[in-house]
Amino acid sequence: MTFSTVQALVMRYLYLYTRTPIRMVELVFWPLVNLLVWGYLTVFLQSHTDEGFPYELSYLIGAVILWDIIFRAQQGVAIFFLEDVWSRNLLNIFAAPVTNADYLGSTYAVGLMRAGVTSVLLGILSMVLYSFNILTLSWALVPFVFNLLVFGWALGMISTALIVRWGPAAETLAWSIPFFVQPFAAVYYPVSALPPVLQWVAKGIPCSYIFEGMRDGLNTGEVAFSDLAFATGLNVVYLAAAGLLFVRVMNTAREKGLLTKFASQ
Amino acid sequence: MLTGSVVASILAILSRALLPGTMSEPILKVSNLVKNFGKITSVDDISFEIGKGEILGLLGANGAGKTTAINMTLGIVTPTSGSVTVFGQDLARHRVEILRRMNFCSTYTQLPGNLRVRQNLTVFGKLYRVPNLKDRINQVLEMLEISHLRDRAAGNLSAGESTRLNLCKALLNRPELLLLDEPTASLDPDIADKVRKVVKRIRDEEGTTILYTSHNMRDVEEVCDRVVFMHRGKILFEGTSGEILQHFEEESLEDVFIQIARSGEIQTGRGNAESAERRP
Repeated sequence: MTFSTVQALVMRYLYLYTRTPIRMVELVFWPLVNLLVWGYLTVFLQSHTDEGFPYELSYLIGAVILWDIIFRAQQGVAIFFLEDVWSRNLLNIFAAPVTNADYLGSTYAVGLMRAGVTSVLLGILSMVLYSFNILTLSWALVPFVFNLLVFGWALGMISTALIVRWGPAAETLAWSIPFFVQPFAAVYYPVSALPPVLQWVAKGIPCSYIFEGMRDGLNTGEVAFSDLAFATGLNVVYLAAAGLLFVRVMNTAREKGLLTKFASQ
Repeated sequence: MLTGSVVASILAILSRALLPGTMSEPILKVSNLVKNFGKITSVDDISFEIGKGEILGLLGANGAGKTTAINMTLGIVTPTSGSVTVFGQDLARHRVEILRRMNFCSTYTQLPGNLRVRQNLTVFGKLYRVPNLKDRINQVLEMLEISHLRDRAAGNLSAGESTRLNLCKALLNRPELLLLDEPTASLDPDIADKVRKVVKRIRDEEGTTILYTSHNMRDVEEVCDRVVFMHRGKILFEGTSGEILQHFEEESLEDVFIQIARSGEIQTGRGNAESAERRP
């Protein structure tokens, strides 16, 4: 991976946002809607629930913020590719001295920036509107967030690989892939709320451990190291598998001329 | 008194003028290249070379395999068999190093429309690691006469201006090998003429080797030292414009093009009109 190449690709993305500020709406609007809906649901439940309710309800707000990190990181990777398709710039990029590693590195950086913008915004708003402080998780927040980012990147690579393989008709995967995962990721409810079979599915998804860990952290104030370790181990596997899938699909795309088909559509 | 470099430049220009394509080491060597897409053979065992400072025209009707050949030369499409050697290196193994020294411009691609002209050129200049980038951007914009558009969004350019912007991007890194895929396709005669002059100028001044595809026969006659005619994925004939006219017994390349496009099987030929057979 070459820093200057990654820098150039990221710069292109930043130019895009500075030239068309309306794109910022996408970064702000849906996260804000989610925060308001789940936030006020939390407020309602907290004010109408018996003391015997088994969980701290504030974790719903935490879940909104942390889920958005996965979603923005995934979008950073997948939309990065689609931007080149939409602007018919794909061949210019892939005919330039850019390696797969450079390309992926720049998508990770864009994913990180997108996740950073929305999570800071949501963190501030949740504090102002609901007196919920995500920083309650203290230093554990750093590895939690990093694991979510990595999982988002992996999902982004999978989305891009499937779009390349199946063509522009599969563009909708760029938005829908994270939501295939969400029901099993224990974002808004614990893994134990799922039927036994789906609990096994949830155990194979790294972010389920992060959300469980977040809930534990908010409830007890202690960091669930075992959850963190499971999430990290699974993420290494997911990232490696997604990277291999991406490289393999790009090789297939070059064999089948899929990149040129994208460029001519 | 002439310095060594001046003498070398004069010799290089003379050798290009007198002996096009006869340099010892080819810049681009395409060997037995085949590309199958499923059961369809798009490029069928083609071989050709381009010497330093030469402009080779790659001609053929739609579907002849020109763009696929160019895409294989760029590494965007992997050959089914055969090899592409650029600057003496195998493209499959040294893709990034090779691409850093070459560039391309295609009528089928655009630069991001939301970005300003100079922003687009800055991004690609950094991708190609162009030194003194600001100065170089100004140079190429002046060369293509679009300096006044530097702060305009690329999406707001006319088709002709957009093509010239693509050419600016292609010239940014002073490529040693330049692939131009129908660069004058959407241009009016005046701008097309300017583009042809720029192409010849960069060859003469910088020794750039150019592979040029076009449907515009005037482009070919005016710009190319040598021409490769493709038909249904194969090379039909290779030679200078004069040799082609003699071979096909036509008066213009356009007539040759029409004859080939409308014909069935035509016997192939190479270089020497006397030894080449005309189609039955």
